[in-house]
Amino acid sequence: MREPFEGVVRAHGRTVLAVCRALLRDDGAQDAWSETFLSALVAWPALPEDANVEAWLVTIARRKALDELRRRGRHAVPTDLDDGDVHVAARGHASGSVEVPGDRDLDLWAALTGLSDRQRQVVVLHHVGGMPYADVAQVVGGSAVAARRAGADGVAALRRVLGTHGRAVPSGMPRTHDERTEVDGA
Amino acid sequence: MPEQERDDARELQGLHETLVERAAARGLLDVTYRVVDSPVGALLVVGGERGVLRVAFEVQDHEAVLDDVARRVSPRILQGGARLDPVLRELDEYFAGARHRFDVPVDLRLATGFRRDVVAALPDVPYGRTATYAQVAAATGRPRAVRAVGTACARNPVPLLLPCHRVVRSDGTPGQYAGGAPAKRVLLDLEAPRG
Repeated sequence: MREPFEGVVRAHGRTVLAVCRALLRDDGAQDAWSETFLSALVAWPALPEDANVEAWLVTIARRKALDELRRRGRHAVPTDLDDGDVHVAARGHASGSVEVPGDRDLDLWAALTGLSDRQRQVVVLHHVGGMPYADVAQVVGGSAVAARRAGADGVAALRRVLGTHGRAVPSGMPRTHDERTEVDGA
Repeated sequence: MPEQERDDARELQGLHETLVERAAARGLLDVTYRVVDSPVGALLVVGGERGVLRVAFEVQDHEAVLDDVARRVSPRILQGGARLDPVLRELDEYFAGARHRFDVPVDLRLATGFRRDVVAALPDVPYGRTATYAQVAAATGRPRAVRAVGTACARNPVPLLLPCHRVVRSDGTPGQYAGGAPAKRVLLDLEAPRG
């Protein structure tokens, strides 16, 4: 890429912060944000001009957050997670396999494993990463409409598994902003 | 939730500042820029590791100037940081009338060939004085290259620091200026001897 990196930070800083916060908390999220953009800054001049920058950044952010969780897994163990928290605990994952922790506080992450790959990708990128469906479609393939449908189906499936609002959600129904709050709080 | 968005904006601002510091500490900050107010409008000041690369007026389109620097120098560009503090201080002093020449290093890699020779010679025209395009052409060893001197001044990558505003037409009128003719008048008036 040959455009100034500043524009990347401005355009995607908020999304990267959402991803880091979804996986980590407090200073951990802030450090992961910094490390994400520092890594991106190193690679920026070599990134192909047709790359999907937001998808690339979300991938780096996820990896940075997981690195931090692995590091914590080898050291301290967080014990102050609230009920309903979607933050990933490192507890019991010193092996480095932390992508889907099975902590009791992490029903959402466990439920995500029950989705199809496509639904999970769409739900994480759109509802956790804050990526618009049009961009999600560019990452996972297919149309924005199909991505929206996979996201809605995924959320409906999550609600069934998690036992909240299960009957009230017809699959395929487009959802709005409040859905994210409900999922996060599920 | 506007309050949350305000908090996020504040947090992102802080994160951005930390990012610039860390990038500089790791040698990743090839180019930084700041935009400052001045008597000749908003000025874009762009600095590389070796000196000031670019000063641009608002009429020159700051976004386009940054895109050009990204392509020709490096796209590793972030706004802010301490690197430009010395030149911004000198610009303040200059506009206050307290500084007559700039001491900060200038990186002339965005000017090449004869244009570079011309702009490099501009500090020889003293503060408060003017030279004609023809005189500058003669001083750079190509007395017939009057038009080329005009072009070189118009393309000066670091106006103000290298004072192309002191180069005027043979009839004494100010002539063209990258920042616009009114800006050239403001600068010549600023430098005019008083009393």
